[in-house]
Amino acid sequence: MKIGIVVFPGSNCELDTRYVLKNLLGQEVIMLWHEQRDLEGSDVVILPGGFSYGDYLRTGAIARFSPIMESVIEFAAKGNPVVGICNGFQILLECGLLPGALVTNGSLKFISDDVIIKVETDNPIYTSKYESSQLLKMPIAHIGGSFFADDDTLEEIESDGRVAFRYCDAKGNANSKSNPNASLGNIAGIYNKEGNVLGLMPHPERASESLLGSTDGLGLFESLISFN
Amino acid sequence: MIRAEVIVTLKDGILDPQGKTITGALGGIGIEGIKEIGTGKYFHLRFNTNNLEKARSSTEAVCEKLLSNPVIEKYTYKIIEE
Repeated sequence: MKIGIVVFPGSNCELDTRYVLKNLLGQEVIMLWHEQRDLEGSDVVILPGGFSYGDYLRTGAIARFSPIMESVIEFAAKGNPVVGICNGFQILLECGLLPGALVTNGSLKFISDDVIIKVETDNPIYTSKYESSQLLKMPIAHIGGSFFADDDTLEEIESDGRVAFRYCDAKGNANSKSNPNASLGNIAGIYNKEGNVLGLMPHPERASESLLGSTDGLGLFESLISFN
Repeated sequence: MIRAEVIVTLKDGILDPQGKTITGALGGIGIEGIKEIGTGKYFHLRFNTNNLEKARSSTEAVCEKLLSNPVIEKYTYKIIEE
């Protein structure tokens, strides 16, 4: 399987993501510069975390107009897997591949911490290596990760079963106490309608080796690989 | 010459944590009479056209497409002739 990781000016998680996919999971990984249009035969495209364009204007707002994004949007429309992690999630929202927006954390603070998320919706591409409702420990590192959508959109996301992951406590309770950034509905990640585009704020690539304190993120990448 | 000024603010009901924090500081500095302070973004635009209509439509286009995110933000603008 060939995995394309898009590199924007200001991306900073692309090498961690490549390390997990290539060194730990033995996949072919190619880096795709944002100015190119060719996805070079990628089977999966990942938009990594970071601070594309310095987060100027709004997070992801400038990156969405990079030439490669036109190809990514076409690629997603054909049903291919596209994953946005952290800043990548913000870019997917800005370009309209996913609904809603991410706003400044309720605390106004940059949060760098481990959180617990629950696999909320089983998905054949992304969660086959997880149990239903499995709890996962992964780090978050962001200031603009509070998920927001208007009432109708939120209702649609919830009723269509498109919440991928929800912030919760160690017992799986999703409430205001277990909501690190004041996201609506404790939402940590969502799918598009077709289920092939995933955006999430936590960093699975930083939770893929026991040395880093958790291997719970590995399942997401293993699911992706086994799907292809 | 014509130019434009654009102000982008959060839609009603969207939490404005910066504004809230600034409002919270008011009590400590002895300024009275202000109920609330909200924040937003200011942009100024210069044009390479003197056509008012063209400037207006370009301003609206850039507000919709780039300067604001319609999910969470609204904008106002004025075109200024100098």
